Amino acid sequence: MVATSPSSEHPPRPAPHYDDAIVRAFVLATWFWGVVGMLVGLVLALQLAWWPANTELAALSFGRLRPVHTNAVIFAFAGNAIFAAVYHSTQRLCRVRMFNDGLSALHFWGWQLIILVGAVTLMAGMSQGKEYAELIWPIDIAITVIWVVFAINFFGTLAKRKTQHIYVALWFYIASIIVVAVLHIFNNLALPATLARSYPIYAGLTDAMVQWWYGHNAVAFFLTTPFLGLMYYYLPKAAERPVYSYRLSIVHFWALIFIYIWAGPHHLLYSAVPDWAQTLGSVFSIMLLAPSWGGMVNGLLTLRGAWDRVRTDAVLKFYVLGITFYGMATFEGPMLSIRPVNALSHYTDWTIAHVHAGALGWVGMMVFGMMYWMMPRLWGPLHSKKAMDLHFWLATVGIILYCLAIWVAGITQGLQWRALTDQGTLAYPSFVDTVTTLIPFYWVRGVGGLLYFAGICLMGWNLVMTIASASKSRGAEGGAA
Amino acid sequence: MSTQSDANNHWHRRLERNTTLFTVLVTVAILIGGLVELIPLYQVHQRAEDTALVEPYTPLEAVGRDIYVREGCYNCHSQMIRPLHAEVLRYGEWSRSAEYAYDRPFQLGSRRIGPDLAREGGLRTNAWHWEHFWDPRAVVPGSIMPAYKWLYRRNVDVDDARATVRALRRLGTPYTEDHVDNVERYLREQGQAIVDDLATQGIEARWDQEIIAMIAYMQVLGTHLPALLGEDAPAPAPAGEAPGVDAPETAAPPAGQEPATEEAAADQAADEPALPAGEAVADEGADEDGAESDTERAPQDAPPAQDGDTP
Repeated sequence: MVATSPSSEHPPRPAPHYDDAIVRAFVLATWFWGVVGMLVGLVLALQLAWWPANTELAALSFGRLRPVHTNAVIFAFAGNAIFAAVYHSTQRLCRVRMFNDGLSALHFWGWQLIILVGAVTLMAGMSQGKEYAELIWPIDIAITVIWVVFAINFFGTLAKRKTQHIYVALWFYIASIIVVAVLHIFNNLALPATLARSYPIYAGLTDAMVQWWYGHNAVAFFLTTPFLGLMYYYLPKAAERPVYSYRLSIVHFWALIFIYIWAGPHHLLYSAVPDWAQTLGSVFSIMLLAPSWGGMVNGLLTLRGAWDRVRTDAVLKFYVLGITFYGMATFEGPMLSIRPVNALSHYTDWTIAHVHAGALGWVGMMVFGMMYWMMPRLWGPLHSKKAMDLHFWLATVGIILYCLAIWVAGITQGLQWRALTDQGTLAYPSFVDTVTTLIPFYWVRGVGGLLYFAGICLMGWNLVMTIASASKSRGAEGGAA
Repeated sequence: MSTQSDANNHWHRRLERNTTLFTVLVTVAILIGGLVELIPLYQVHQRAEDTALVEPYTPLEAVGRDIYVREGCYNCHSQMIRPLHAEVLRYGEWSRSAEYAYDRPFQLGSRRIGPDLAREGGLRTNAWHWEHFWDPRAVVPGSIMPAYKWLYRRNVDVDDARATVRALRRLGTPYTEDHVDNVERYLREQGQAIVDDLATQGIEARWDQEIIAMIAYMQVLGTHLPALLGEDAPAPAPAGEAPGVDAPETAAPPAGQEPATEEAAADQAADEPALPAGEAVADEGADEDGAESDTERAPQDAPPAQDGDTP
């Protein structure tokens, strides 16, 4: 993990004063937690298709395991990927080493410990009962502390930068760090009753509004803006082309962060939340399409003149597919915020499909592209380009199977819930009938997930082999020296 | 990476030199939306709470609610009925904001892998729930819900329950000093009423089993509505209140639903299921039939009622 010595042969080696050991650590953690999070996801998919997979162990029941999956994928997999990107690109964009190596190490180990304790406590049934904010209050405090450590380290690096201007990737990092802190703190304000349990200071629908203000902006500022930031750094690097439009990046950055924060109530359409709040949420969600697509367009057009390389370079393929999924998910999101569409989609698997288009399609593909681009630069020549290519196709087919199956499942169930007979009674009066209909789709989703999971396992093999051959050749060099 | 050489005089370039100002502007940009949406709502809700006709959860129901949260039930069950025709037919009256006045945390849910539970209270018997949590497929063939057998082995921790009541009281739930001091009596009285009701079905249970608290919570869900709408009065047709409502012929659930006392809660559960009038009866009737026939089987299928693994 702490390989340093630059060997002469391969791509542009970092100048020696950059701290890449921390980047390597975050990259490995990204892979590891990706495997864990997706494996838990597979178990959940199996539990839905075949209930006995719940076993009779409390810790493995669906209700306790699902938060493990969501938290692992969001905060462990995507989180570590964000940190890898920020630590790697910020040093280069500021042309200095990170502010403080001690803070970097504290950030890394603190975050991994939080994830580990988080997974264990969630399986033990310690939960705040708010989606993506399930972790109990002592862990919330630890998250706040580590996030502040991260912020000090990041802003400290900006402060001592040797460049004059901050590049667009850094704008997105700044916004992410600030907003995640605000969201996390305000959503988790609670009065502890015991060490493991607390009650939010907000009650009922206020709690719901605060939660979805948080929940939606966790999507925005944890799963979107950091990844747009890394897109702005790694895509031009990999494509060897400048960003398409500087002006577009300014407009879509400010519009995106301003508008996103209003969109939360679209999770509460038709609820007892006041209509004006619902309408605001809906309207801003629809407006969000513009800045979202601004980012997509800026990304895809950066590839102008480099499209021939997309055919051969799997890193670019990952990016193109990731950005395309971003475009699709950010079209789908506003659509799902339109009340009549939401009336059909809400509470169904359509939402799950939407989330996975974002998480597997956008976040996952961007992470894989970034990691494959980093691997030769952090360790040594990539062990197998063929395996990387195969990973791309496994992931692509996996996502498509997953999303298609779950889209169909969601719409099917939504239609069954509202279907009426000629007499005006419910056509599917027994709820469970609308569940058993979905079982075949759940199997297909499981297969899709399995393919995606196989892809990240293949990446693990490639990663291990790359590290092994890099350390072998370093050993040989060391022997020669 | 400063690739945009053309734009060096752009106003934004100046901003990019000042990270502090940049960060402040980002913060302002994101706070506007948050404040506009959250602050008015907070005030509206505070007022709703003052005038709430809803009763707080009893200590046993609050403990049951904690178990509901602990097991992550919200991952599969919503507690919010939207004012949509088919939804009201299926589940009953649509949800009102005041019904959630004491919900900490809120449990609206976002996915219905199982049915909505906002009007679950009184819909089925205690014995049905007892059977269902032990083996969901015994009463709902085809169900994919996990069995929750550990709820029958684990006991309610009185000190833990006291901590819950104390914390909720501090947050404004109108519990008295008595609720905190004598929490065990409250738990036992309501729990025993459920146990006695189960005994009439030949089921042997103890008041401090977690499943009893869970059943108490299930039976209170959505039962405050008649009080909210004005007791005994049929619910006003929801037309016009919210867009998209296609006023169905729904009446309030039968009077006497609100469990003013623990006994009432238990009695009511044994009564006819509280259903919205009209077609919905036919809808849920199927379930209820199953419930009754399974209740008859209850004695031989009854889960173990003894021995907890409490610390």
